[in-house]
Formats: sequence, C-alpha cells, structure tokens
Amino acid sequence: MLKLPIYLDNNATTPLDPRVLEAMMPYLTEVFGNAASRNHPFGWAAEEGVDYAREQISSLINCDPKEIIFTSGATESDNLAIKGVFEMYAQKGNHIITTTTEHKAVLDTCKHIEKLGGRVTYLPVDSEGLISLSELEAAMTPETILVAIMYGNNETGTIQPIREIAAIAHKHGALFMTDGTQAVGKIPVDVIADGIDLMAFTAHKMYGPKGVGALYVRRKNPRVKVTAQMDGGGHERGMRSGTLNVPGIVGLGKACELAKLEMAADTARLSAMRDRLEKELLTLEESYVNGSREHRLPHVANISFKYVEGEGLMMGVKDLAVSSGSACTSASLEPSYVLKALGLSDDLAHSSLRFGLSRFTTDEQIDYAINHVKEAVTKLREMSPLWEMFKEGIDLDKIEWAEH
Amino acid sequence: MAYSDKVIDHYSNPRNVGTLDKSKKNVGTGLVGAPECGDVMRLQIEVDETTNTITDAKFKTFGCGSAIASSSLATEWLKGKTVDEALAIDNMEIVEELALPPVKIHCSVLAEDAIKSAINDYRVKNGLPELEMAKSHH
Repeated sequence: MLKLPIYLDNNATTPLDPRVLEAMMPYLTEVFGNAASRNHPFGWAAEEGVDYAREQISSLINCDPKEIIFTSGATESDNLAIKGVFEMYAQKGNHIITTTTEHKAVLDTCKHIEKLGGRVTYLPVDSEGLISLSELEAAMTPETILVAIMYGNNETGTIQPIREIAAIAHKHGALFMTDGTQAVGKIPVDVIADGIDLMAFTAHKMYGPKGVGALYVRRKNPRVKVTAQMDGGGHERGMRSGTLNVPGIVGLGKACELAKLEMAADTARLSAMRDRLEKELLTLEESYVNGSREHRLPHVANISFKYVEGEGLMMGVKDLAVSSGSACTSASLEPSYVLKALGLSDDLAHSSLRFGLSRFTTDEQIDYAINHVKEAVTKLREMSPLWEMFKEGIDLDKIEWAEH
Repeated sequence: MAYSDKVIDHYSNPRNVGTLDKSKKNVGTGLVGAPECGDVMRLQIEVDETTNTITDAKFKTFGCGSAIASSSLATEWLKGKTVDEALAIDNMEIVEELALPPVKIHCSVLAEDAIKSAINDYRVKNGLPELEMAKSHH
C-alpha cells in the first residue's frame, strides 16, 4: 500500500537514513563525552568519533580532514565564510561577487556586508539560471576578495560552471567560495579539481541529521583563513568556537560515507525517475521546465503549469509534499526571486512546482505523483478563466487587468 | 496553512463552474484581479429582467483555494437574489462563512468586486448608469 502524502520535497530536507541513525546512536547514549576533553577516555572516545567523521567527509570531497570546520549547518557556514573572509582580507579589498539566485543565507549575508561598507556585485543569470563567465570576468577588480557562487541551485537544480568560475577568481587573485548544500553528496564534488577555496554544506540534505554542517576551508595553495564570528573556546582551529555536536558530526560523516558509496547508483536511479516524471508532466499543454536541463542536479525538477495558480495547485496535489514558486501564503505576494531571475513572468513563477526526489523515492510514488498532478492541473484549468481565454486565442498580455 | 472545512468543500466540489453567454443582454460579466497577483475571478450573472432577479450565476477562478471558495460561495448566494440584494453582499460575510484567515481577506474582497463588476456590466448593457465601486483593493 502506498502511504500518503508522498514526500517529494527533498531539497528542503531529506529523511534520516536509518544507517546514519545507527551510527549516531552510541554518541547519543554512552559516548557522551566532550570532544575537547583531552584528559580522560570519555573525551578521547568522542574525539575519535569526530576524527573518523572528518575522514569520511574529506574522502567525499577530496580534501584533508583538517580542512573541515564543523558548524550548525549551511547557513552558519555561508555566514562564516563570507563574513570571515571579508574581515580577514580587509587589507586586500572589500569587493565580493555573487549571483542573484543564491540562497538567502548568502544574499542576506552579502547585504550585511554592504552595510559594513563592503561592495557586492550580484551577477544576473540567463534563462537557464547560469551565470555568464565573461560577465564574471568583467566584474573582477583588484579589490575583489571573494567570488561566492553556489554549486547547484536549490529551486531549479541548475549547476554553475564551477571550475571555470574558480579559474577566473584565481586569475584575479580572489578566493572562490561555493554553497555546496544541494550538490555535496548528490554529484561528485572535488575541491581540488574544482578549485574551491571555501565550501558550505550540511548533513540534512544528504540523509543526515539537522543542525550540523561544515565549512571546507583550504589550507594549502593558498592557505585560507576566516575570522571567527563567534568568540569562545577556540575550537575548530580557532575559526568556530563551541562544543562540537558529536552525534551530529558522526551522522554527517556516515552520511558522506554512504553518499560516496551509493552516489553512482542513486544518480542513475533518481535521474531516470525524475526524467520520467518530467516527460509525463510535460505532456500537459503549456507546461515548462524551469532551469537548465543539461547542467542540473539529478534529483530535481521544477515545472510551471501555465494558467493555474501555484497555491491552488498545491491544495490540489495535497497527497504530495512539494514546494511552490508562489509565496502567496505569506503576506507578500512576491513569487520566487530565483524563478524571476531566470526571466519568468510573475504568473509563470506563481504556477510552478518543485519536485525533489530522494534515495527513498520509489517508482510507485512517481507513478502516483504523475497522475495526481495531471488530474489537479486539468481540474484547475477547467476552472480557470485564463485557460478559457487562452483556448479562445485571447492574448492575456493585451488585457488591462484591474489594479489589485 | 490550514484551510477551513468549508473552503476545502468549495475547492473540492466547486458550485457553478462555467460560462454564460456574455453576448446576451441579460448576462452581466465581471472580470477582476490580475494574473501577476495570483488571482483572477470571472463571475457572471443571468438576470430575469421582469423580476430583476438573478436566475443563474457562474464563475471561473484562477487563484488559491480561498479565492476559488469565495467565488464558488458567491455564485451560490447570488442565485435567487434580486440585483439590489446582490449588491448588498459584503465581503466580510464571505470571510465569516468560509472562516478565512486575515491573509486571505483579499480573496473575499475580490469576490465582492466581481459581483459588483458583473452587476455593473449588466446595468451598462441595459442602459442604466454605472455604480460607483464602494471598495477598492488594498
């Protein structure tokens, strides 16, 4: 029997893999020591767990275990990276380059930097969500200290040309930081080959627990340093104080180990399911894929269904847990800024659904989702005055809509 | 967000979805809202000119569940009312009946506007002066 509702919002968070929980359990019970306690076996056991996790994580992203700084999650890692670099490299310059489609953890941190007197360039993206390398090159100045561009987008799954971006940043003497939250554990991320200097990521997007993440900080070629944003005991090589979340860290480590082992198989299975979902839903007239279909994470599909409204659609697909590009539930009527940055009109952005698949998604669930969405879209279109006008050949852009 | 049972009922079983012949003199059509705001309502009434009574009402709505429910409820209420009685329908009655939360009050305002706009269309078609819209959005 299919259990409803079906969870297809794995870009928001993933369920905890039972194998991860199993690895964490001892550290939630008998191994309770403080990893910073150097003078007794309780502390040593905890530290051992943390050290092993560091190895599991560094093996996934191809770095040295010492280059992992544990944090509370990707938001903190983004903050630490950007604010930490801005403070540490103040002598060199005050200019940061990012994009308009970053997560709020990066965008709002950049806004904060601007208030502190920094200068930030927000690069636009094309209709697939990709930045232009020549625009990046043109935006680089001698004062540019950091280029902060995400690996894969959380709403559309679009993957930026990371290696080319890193090369441009380095050519101009700037550091390259990436928010790898959606990419790490899903696609091969190699900080050496990719030329990444700092990378934020988190456990709960890759079947690990919530409340634990990491910041990769390069130690060689060049040696990168960030100014701590929290004062305290000087943990994590002085960059992030605070008693380590040992069970969480052990969970992140296990999640990374599993991701490395199962990535190829997961990717093949998930992208096949995602493609089937997408192909079927695109048989509905006037439906469009948002983002790049070529440079994309394997588990994400973002589709707009023209002439139906997102929130009404969400209510119609109540058996599915998905996200909408419509923010109508909040007081503001603003649709997704990411989709708008791709050039989507407000109504098309309002009419979008984001499907995020996981390791635990089944073919049976996808079959159900396909039929459920098709039925809801068809029913809502029969109810939509816009659909009727479209069918009558009326150009909706030519209508003067009342102020609202 | 939790919807009230009545909103869910109207959304799942909308009353009077459809289209009336807008070329007929006794049919009034109101089209309100805008696609970029996420709500467009079209509400139509058919009036018996001898009794000034609304004999039929139809709607089509592009919008959230509350917008669909507001317009569905409006068509239910309109049938059998005289045009003057229909003009007296206040958006707050819709808010109460559907238990709309504050962020969804605009859906009821839109429904009231759609009723008044349909009545105005009917009046203009029949040589009557257009009524001032008492309420405007936001």
